[in-house]
Amino acid sequence: MRLPKFEYFEPETLEEALRLLAEWRERVCVLAGGTDVLVKMRNGRLKPGAVIALERISSLNGIGFDLRKGLTIGAGAKLSDVTSHPDILRYYPAIARAARVMANVQVRNMGTIGGNLCNAAPSAENAPPLMALGAVVTAASLEEERRITLDDFFRGPGLTAMKPEEIMTSIFVPTPPANSGASYQRISARCGVDIAAVSVGAMIMIEDTVCREVRIALGAVAPVPMRALSAEAFLKEKVWSEEFLREAARISADESRPISDVRASLEFRKQMVAVMTQRALEEAYGRAIKR
Amino acid sequence: MKHHINFKVNGDDYSLAVDPWRTLNEVIREDLNLTGTKLGCGTGDCGACTVLLDGRSVSSCLTLAVSVNGKSVMTVEGLAPSGEELHPIQEALIQTGGIQCGFCTAGMEMSALNLLNQTLSPSETEIKSALSGNLCRCTGYNQIVEAISMAADKMRDNAAEKEEQ
Repeated sequence: MRLPKFEYFEPETLEEALRLLAEWRERVCVLAGGTDVLVKMRNGRLKPGAVIALERISSLNGIGFDLRKGLTIGAGAKLSDVTSHPDILRYYPAIARAARVMANVQVRNMGTIGGNLCNAAPSAENAPPLMALGAVVTAASLEEERRITLDDFFRGPGLTAMKPEEIMTSIFVPTPPANSGASYQRISARCGVDIAAVSVGAMIMIEDTVCREVRIALGAVAPVPMRALSAEAFLKEKVWSEEFLREAARISADESRPISDVRASLEFRKQMVAVMTQRALEEAYGRAIKR
Repeated sequence: MKHHINFKVNGDDYSLAVDPWRTLNEVIREDLNLTGTKLGCGTGDCGACTVLLDGRSVSSCLTLAVSVNGKSVMTVEGLAPSGEELHPIQEALIQTGGIQCGFCTAGMEMSALNLLNQTLSPSETEIKSALSGNLCRCTGYNQIVEAISMAADKMRDNAAEKEEQ
């Protein structure tokens, strides 16, 4: 039950962390909140020679909002800070909700939003709403800083587009367009504590009852969080109606690629993709016409 | 290599040399002999190891001891520092029968404190959601939820009384 032995570094600057990472390479593990990494180390799935803790790098932990540009969440921001940030609650309720309904209080007080993304679970709760809202992450190495859209970020269960020498520094989410709304819906066997069996993030922009923009992202129903591109294409430029909404939900279920596992069967997941997509679009619509 | 850390536990200063792979749970139980904090699952699911770190509830089994350098920890022992007079949360748990085997109790109390530090008028839903990271295999939870509501009332009354004085 005890953790295996390792060397420990607690850099106070990003540069120092990146230097350590370049020096130790694959023998090192980056530690943010620890709620995934330490569990993997305890059950023997990870055995790094050294751990680089990022918590003391204050430049990674902030949350800033500029109405003209958007929201920048430090990769090291705690999930509990994301759920309680006034600008996130006001302008990005779907993001606040995803961080609030996942795990439990203690894990949200420790876990970080960047850590949740970098862990790259197919069910990563923060991914669908962030994808729906067009989020872009920044990854830094000693050589460069590059931006990766969240659509291109996930490469497989536990795999991301980040290179071994990179650290995620922040997540940027553009200001939602006028007349738009977003929503996050999820279902699991038990409530929050359980990993989502199906989750859906949706964003729509409505102009004179016409759906001008729509983005739907599905979680836990494919090896990586995925966009429901056919459902999006179907809804785009359509006049909003119950009938189209149900059809978009059906298409979304069709293009999902779930598996059966302990949390839910393939068939159940497909049906729930339709239900969650419909609920997400309905809530997003309600928010869009209110703004 | 051992790392030198300074931190507070229940208001007392500690200065220790710790191996980086030891958890906060191991150090408070084994080095400080504060065994009120339990170890359950070791994976952040059961909440038996909950302590407050700089005022926020965390799982001490998933916190490296070395990472608490300069920080302040509160364990269940800090709830009743005199060892005689109990905290309102503890009194309420006894009154409602919210304690059976007791293994989850310390963690429950720390999660309850984390909630009551934010609000003294929690709804039943808020109490349940605050306890979502604490498992109890004996009581069925109803008595625990009731106890926290009772403790909140008591603490609110106490606070009002203090204000009057």
